[in-house]
Amino acid sequence: MLRSSFFRLFVPLFALLTISASLQAQGLDDWASIEAEAKGQTVYWNAWGGDSNTNDYIAWVSQQLQSRFDIDVVHVKLGDTAEAVSRVVAEKAAGNSEDGAVDLIWINGENFAAMKKNGLLYGPWAEQLPNFALTAPGDNPEMRNDFTLPVEGLEAPWGKAQLTFYYDSDRVESPPRGMQALLDWTQDNPGRFTYPLVPDFLGSTFLKQALLGLVENTKPLYEPVSEANFERVTAPLWEYLDSLHPHLWREGKSFPSSGSALRQLMGDGELSLAFTFNPLEPAAAVANYQLPPTIRSYVLDGGTLGNVHFVAIPFNASHKAGALVLANFLLSPEAQAHKQDIQVWGDATVLAMDALNEKQQQAFAALPDNPATLPLGALQRTLPEPHPSWMERLERAWLSRYGSR
Amino acid sequence: MPSSYALGVRLAPWLAITLLSLPVAGGLAGVIAPAFGFLPALGGNTLTLAHWQTLLNRPGLGQMIQLSYVTGLVSAAVSLAIVVLFLGAFMHTRLFSAVRRLLSPLLAVPHAAAAIGLAFLLAPSGLFSRALSPGVTGWQHPPDILFPGDPFGLAMIAGLVLKEVPFLLLMSLAALPQCQASERLRMARALGYGPLSAFLKVVLPGLYPLLRLPIYAVIAFASSTVDVALILGPTTPPPLAVAVLRWLNDPNLSMRFMASAGALLQLGVTLAALASWWLIEFLVRRLARDWLMNGRRHNGDAFLGGIALGAVSLSLLLIMGSLVGLMLWSLAAYWPFPEALPQPLTLRNWMGAAGRLGDPLIQAATIGIVATLLSSILVVGALEAETLHERPTRPWAQLILYLPLLVPSVAFLFGLVLIQVQIGAPPGIAAVILGHAVFVLPYVFLSLAESYRRLDPRWTYLARSLGASPAQVFWRVRLPMLSVPLLTAAAVGFAVSIGQYLPTLLLGAGRVSTITTEAVSLAGGGDRRLTAVYALLQLAMPALGFALALGLPRLVFRRRSGLLTSA
Amino acid sequence: MQPLILENVHITLEGNPLLGIDTTIAPGEVLTVMGPSGVGKSTLLAYIAGFLSPAFSARGRIWLGEHELTRLPAEARRVGLLFQDSLLFPHLSVGGNLAFGMTADGSRRKRQQRVEAVLKEIGLEGFASRDPATLSGGQRSRVALMRVLLSEPRAMLLDEPFSQLDTALRDEMRQLVFQRVKQENLPTLMVTHDAADAEAAGGRVIELAI
Repeated sequence: MLRSSFFRLFVPLFALLTISASLQAQGLDDWASIEAEAKGQTVYWNAWGGDSNTNDYIAWVSQQLQSRFDIDVVHVKLGDTAEAVSRVVAEKAAGNSEDGAVDLIWINGENFAAMKKNGLLYGPWAEQLPNFALTAPGDNPEMRNDFTLPVEGLEAPWGKAQLTFYYDSDRVESPPRGMQALLDWTQDNPGRFTYPLVPDFLGSTFLKQALLGLVENTKPLYEPVSEANFERVTAPLWEYLDSLHPHLWREGKSFPSSGSALRQLMGDGELSLAFTFNPLEPAAAVANYQLPPTIRSYVLDGGTLGNVHFVAIPFNASHKAGALVLANFLLSPEAQAHKQDIQVWGDATVLAMDALNEKQQQAFAALPDNPATLPLGALQRTLPEPHPSWMERLERAWLSRYGSR
Repeated sequence: MPSSYALGVRLAPWLAITLLSLPVAGGLAGVIAPAFGFLPALGGNTLTLAHWQTLLNRPGLGQMIQLSYVTGLVSAAVSLAIVVLFLGAFMHTRLFSAVRRLLSPLLAVPHAAAAIGLAFLLAPSGLFSRALSPGVTGWQHPPDILFPGDPFGLAMIAGLVLKEVPFLLLMSLAALPQCQASERLRMARALGYGPLSAFLKVVLPGLYPLLRLPIYAVIAFASSTVDVALILGPTTPPPLAVAVLRWLNDPNLSMRFMASAGALLQLGVTLAALASWWLIEFLVRRLARDWLMNGRRHNGDAFLGGIALGAVSLSLLLIMGSLVGLMLWSLAAYWPFPEALPQPLTLRNWMGAAGRLGDPLIQAATIGIVATLLSSILVVGALEAETLHERPTRPWAQLILYLPLLVPSVAFLFGLVLIQVQIGAPPGIAAVILGHAVFVLPYVFLSLAESYRRLDPRWTYLARSLGASPAQVFWRVRLPMLSVPLLTAAAVGFAVSIGQYLPTLLLGAGRVSTITTEAVSLAGGGDRRLTAVYALLQLAMPALGFALALGLPRLVFRRRSGLLTSA
Repeated sequence: MQPLILENVHITLEGNPLLGIDTTIAPGEVLTVMGPSGVGKSTLLAYIAGFLSPAFSARGRIWLGEHELTRLPAEARRVGLLFQDSLLFPHLSVGGNLAFGMTADGSRRKRQQRVEAVLKEIGLEGFASRDPATLSGGQRSRVALMRVLLSEPRAMLLDEPFSQLDTALRDEMRQLVFQRVKQENLPTLMVTHDAADAEAAGGRVIELAI
């Protein structure tokens, strides 16, 4: 009910705004003039600031843009991406359609869906970026789909994520490789596994992963959720969680707040099995002394959820040219290789190796490595994200079941 | 000079009142409209109660409310009990003066840093458990115990009590002379009453009315805390304020309506907690009437004194332990359980952070200094007006002073941001400074008012009769004579500013990054080493402020001992 | 010097009459007002000096000879005050305290010389840069007296000026104070509850009663 009224209210508004936005998007084919216009601009890049590796990488990007393009990039460190969305909403409420405070947002999934739906985005622009072709979007449909929602050039791919499990090989001999095995494992090792508190992104992702692994037919999950079939489709998930929770960390009465908190619990030795959305995070965390050197990574046998994270420009960004140049630089082989370095950040590239020349490929091949790194080839088994409407509905159902003991 | 003085004295009280009431009132108006469905930017054009309905159907809402309500009352009651018992048992002793000296620095510890330190200390993998493992406990891995984050909020209450005891103690110290505590106490002791009984029977009835507003501020803060709850509170469900903040930040923008209703509900819960306290106050007064006059000279004085001593030493111990924990983590590489000490110690975390620290430190210092300066000028102006007209601040003005401390900040900050955008005020450092001043000013006033009012009026008479104009009396007599309490109040204000998270984030549109915004966003990110570095720095800044406030007058007035002891 | 004239002065507290007085104090005369505490003695001094608290209301006029003081601000009345505590400003040196009341004219050196001379006069030579907190009670009282006199008052008000001093010192200070106000020919009003003060002053005594 909530959703339908939501649509009724927002669709007309959205239509209005996409028209005006596409008018502004002209002239993207003349890249040189964009670079010229961007010169001297200050770009406010709103990006989650909870991870020091990410922050350091963004600081490096900012240095590069200063020296190469004379663009001043300011990292606005968010606790939650929704803070930036709120700001754009408030600006729109005030009729500020030209000099918004946010120039670029690191975004995907629900936040993208919400901004797209409410006409808060500038574009289309992403496919006109000179470096966009290096992602080989024809072979990699996930570059054009964000949680099944068509991107339509409103955001540019930046990095790749895939649900990756990791464990302490000192304490675990053979980790569980499927959802049922996970349940058995927790029964033998009570209190040594948990997942982040829903609606944290990673926590909600675990729900979707479990659901995909438990249902026979995954097709309904790739269509908008309907109240009619929700109970039936998700019944196996609740049954599973009901038996899983008593064996979780703190008997499922409390959950860590985020994926990073989960990692900290692994570092403290409270857990011996955990998971992350960034396949290279365990290796980077070992290199960074946050995890023991005995950590190993793997992907579930049936494959795990994967998605791409993007950058988007709000409809009222003050420095669109600068934001475009920044987004294009983020897609450059040099910036992507530096990002994938586990001693820097360890965020997987979105570029297709086939689309790169030999020298560019070499930059990726030469990156450092350690035993915690996910074995090559594991990332092939990627399951696409369900329709974004499932996320919100699952979160609501989870909260009403487990949100208050 | 004289004319600007006269103008300043005339304007300051009104400017202060405006600064305090306008943002709170405006911010509240900004959430009331969306709570009832009106927010045109999100398509809300009609008034409706639907969002309240959604809110009330929210799973776990009852528990969230209960948690906030109970936390507010219990942490205030425990803090007050510790303070009263401690004052009663130890006033006029050497221990008392020692604790008194520790007070202001303790007050300077930001809530977030204290909570982070406490979590590092008491968690199953924390310092305390490491010290006992595996030797005493036999634990090879951290035990699976739900603390902190226990469903009753005990860890959260402990964290709040740790911070509120110094605050209430400081407020009591200011109030004691005002209710002739020493005289009353001596008289009751002479009549044969034990120290604690004497305190409870003759001093407390006079002291309590002076502590009422600070206690209300404690209840309001505890029932609506976000940062302490995020670090030490339960998660399923969290206290209401945390949930409201989550809803405000929900990607689904239609949640803003329900979040606004939630913000108003939070205000209601806080008011309910205050009303309950008021009722309990009334009942206790009723029931205690006979006890006050029953003539019993001893009421387990030694036993209760022991409890007070235990509670205060435990608080001090916990704070010290938290500090040690923070320091160790900031120097740790990989530090597996159950090793009690990190090996090897490394400066890597500090070095890594060093390059990124400059900006947040300078920003925090600039904002803190300017906000404190602005608040101090307004406070001094308001107090000077009071002194000049020999008329105490009226009760309604006193209430306005407490407004930002009594209205939960989640309830009005979001509305304030809407207004900020609507009037086209650019987000940034100026807006953040004004936002901080809203919270800094009340504390500066609370710290300074007593000293200002207690200054013997004969100093003024004397100086005037020696030919000094009111402005000259202010500049040449009152200001220098009050330099010590003034600097202490400024240090308190600076500490308050350093601790602010939400106003910095919201009013600065995230562009203004201070040591605190960095620390809280890192605490969410879970790298304990870096979090420890930031928490320590967050703690060091106000400590430096206090060191300056205490040291500077000792340097400047090193040959004016009368000034340092009398003030 | 001119006489200090209190013309039909009546002070009330929230409508209740507190005291009434109508008298003239000649230059060099010390008039003593006596009475138990609460009778409003200090309030009378506050009214004359110009600091009546808003809780009180007063009528009647104050004159210094032909010159009316009633509506003047306190700092323009040039009425010197001496309290039971010496109230030396703790943030100023002994010399700074003395200089505080001096008129701003004259060079810095001249003012300094003046301060030195006064200190010598009261037996505190070389004390100019001392911290007032390091002085004895008697020394402090003497500095306080000289501070008032240096401001060149045209009348003196003494508020229980000797009650804080011990007996030996009290006699000495009484002598000094009365000698100096007579020497400067100042009309002086003293309030006290000590009959010995009144006796030492040797002037008229007005008894107030509740």
